[in-house]
Amino acid sequence: MSAITGVSSDGRPDLRQGDPLLEVDGLIMNYETKEGDVSAVQDVSFTLHKGEALGLVGESGCGKTSVALSLLRLLPDNANYKAGEIRLNGTDLLALPEKEMRTHRWRDIAMVFQGAMNAWNPVYTVGEQIREAMETHFDHRVTDEEARVKISELFEMVGLDPQMRTRYPHEFSGGMRQRAVIAMALSCDPQVIIADEPTTALDVIVQDRILQQLKDIQDNLGMSIIYISHDLAVIAEVTERIGIMYAGKLVEIGPTEEVYAKSWHPYSQLLLSSTPSIRGPRRKFAPLEGEPPNLVDPPSGCRFHPRCPLATDKCVEMEPPLEPTQGGDQSACWHWERVPELDETREASA
Amino acid sequence: MSDDLYTTSTATANKPLIKVEGLKKLFPVDKGLFRRTDEYIHAVDGVDFEIPHGQSLGLVGESGCGKSTTGRMLVRLTEATEGRILLHSDDASDGEEYVDVAHIDRSKQKAFRKRVQMIFQDPYESLNPRRTVFDTISEPMAVQGLASYKEREDAVAELLERVGLSPASAYIYRYPHELSGGQRQRVAIARALIINPKFVVADEPTSMLDVSIRISIMELMLKLGIEFDVSYLYITHDLAVARYMCDRIAVMYLGKIVELAPTEELLSNPQHPYTKALISAVPVPDPKFERPEVEILGSVSKPINPPPLCRFIERCPWAADVCHNNQHPPLEEKSKDHYVACYLV
Repeated sequence: MSAITGVSSDGRPDLRQGDPLLEVDGLIMNYETKEGDVSAVQDVSFTLHKGEALGLVGESGCGKTSVALSLLRLLPDNANYKAGEIRLNGTDLLALPEKEMRTHRWRDIAMVFQGAMNAWNPVYTVGEQIREAMETHFDHRVTDEEARVKISELFEMVGLDPQMRTRYPHEFSGGMRQRAVIAMALSCDPQVIIADEPTTALDVIVQDRILQQLKDIQDNLGMSIIYISHDLAVIAEVTERIGIMYAGKLVEIGPTEEVYAKSWHPYSQLLLSSTPSIRGPRRKFAPLEGEPPNLVDPPSGCRFHPRCPLATDKCVEMEPPLEPTQGGDQSACWHWERVPELDETREASA
Repeated sequence: MSDDLYTTSTATANKPLIKVEGLKKLFPVDKGLFRRTDEYIHAVDGVDFEIPHGQSLGLVGESGCGKSTTGRMLVRLTEATEGRILLHSDDASDGEEYVDVAHIDRSKQKAFRKRVQMIFQDPYESLNPRRTVFDTISEPMAVQGLASYKEREDAVAELLERVGLSPASAYIYRYPHELSGGQRQRVAIARALIINPKFVVADEPTSMLDVSIRISIMELMLKLGIEFDVSYLYITHDLAVARYMCDRIAVMYLGKIVELAPTEELLSNPQHPYTKALISAVPVPDPKFERPEVEILGSVSKPINPPPLCRFIERCPWAADVCHNNQHPPLEEKSKDHYVACYLV
């Protein structure tokens, strides 16, 4: 419905109508391994708009971090881009020579890496390390005064005392180190931040504050954020749009509210109904049988078919494309219209 | 302090399986070689609870609150500094109804291990990579001197089917590296249950697993809990998981239980300011849900020689004179079965 009116349900302008900032188009990426090529990202396309928060969700090995690293071209040496484009403001990043890519990395797209809060160098102050990141990516010296002003400003933005910039990592708690990581990601004023599991190792109360801070930063700076997470509850809170990945494929993408209210892909539907919550009625889970496939030899047709309760011969033979379903939602399923049945059978058995 | 908490209020016909009284664990703060320390981390500082037969209690809290240390003391992987762990005896000939397993002598340890088992968080670390599934699962039987090799093999095969590793013949002689995380945790569950224990401590058994796998392990533990008539102490940082696994939940903060109540009561009607904050902070998988603000100050400190005041006082949005003038509040029954350690409730 919001796709038609251009206004989302909370009355704000629909951000999907905003300018496209980052477009991923038909990305295919393999990892070369001893066992053969691992098909880690298979024909993934999505668009990130200005000021938008997009979530990429899925279980381990689904390719969500590989997509994120592709955007920065930070994949390991055994990764091969087979096809596709990643356009930032219309420029295809994959076609750029590495030297030019460096002018975009961190300055246009920065990343909060998973576990980065444990990667601070213990013998330098946190401020020195942020300054080093700025100098590396701006390719010029940053004066003491510039560094002091900028880092103090960043610290305030992420909720740290600016005085802390002269302190060492061991003087920071886990939550504070993670805030400093976010400050470092913001240090070159990027247009896009990729946050890979930004709060996974943190306790809920600290997580709550950091997510709130990220939301404030997104609003105040009009920044675009891609959240990568396995946690559907966190993604529900911080994103406007959500993409769900399974076995290297983007299987569904749509406005977060619509997908959580009614999903049109069996995998997303089962994933959502497998997420325990402390609110609402205590639901019965729909167990998802089996385990994700080995991507050296992915299943034919739809990659989810061996575990899918709706699978037919067609799913074994043909790969379903990502197609519009209802509202602003797109799903890669031949039988998307039957997905609500899954919910009904579960309710009946409960 | 509050030693008589349960004996007076909830001593009913149904005797609890396990009673924990004034349990404490102090870790000395290491100051280096040859330097004696008088500083102690009060990891667990006077904890009382009990678990009825066949019920499960969730122990919930943030990192460093003492929940894992409590669990480890109950299975005697960590020696308690003080306090009693009373396990209901299945052997009336002892003449004693409860055995204090915190101070059990070595000769009785083996009998204790037969009744109490543990499931660990990380199935990649808790299984010996050089031992087959059969070796791992049958070890408790071998230690206990139960059954012949053939009988053990049959018992392991039967249990593998029950934990969902079917057909058993396809798994029984495999090594851990040939199994996925979910399958390994199934093996760990089978190892814990093979000798029919009455009490199992499960320390974050699903936190390393993916969403879809996690649910099947939770369902499996619930099903086997009923079939084997096992009581769980389920340790987790995740209240949503505790909601599905536990009959009651105890919330810990810096070595103390601050609130203990039946699961739905605790989640819908939290009384302690810390529990309220914890519940407000849990993200909800519903984009339309507006969570209440988290009213809590600062961050968790380390309980090194803490003052005798309420542990939560520095972060408490309510702290009043009564809190500053008294010791840590006792865990009291404020409404039926709902225990809170706060002067202001």
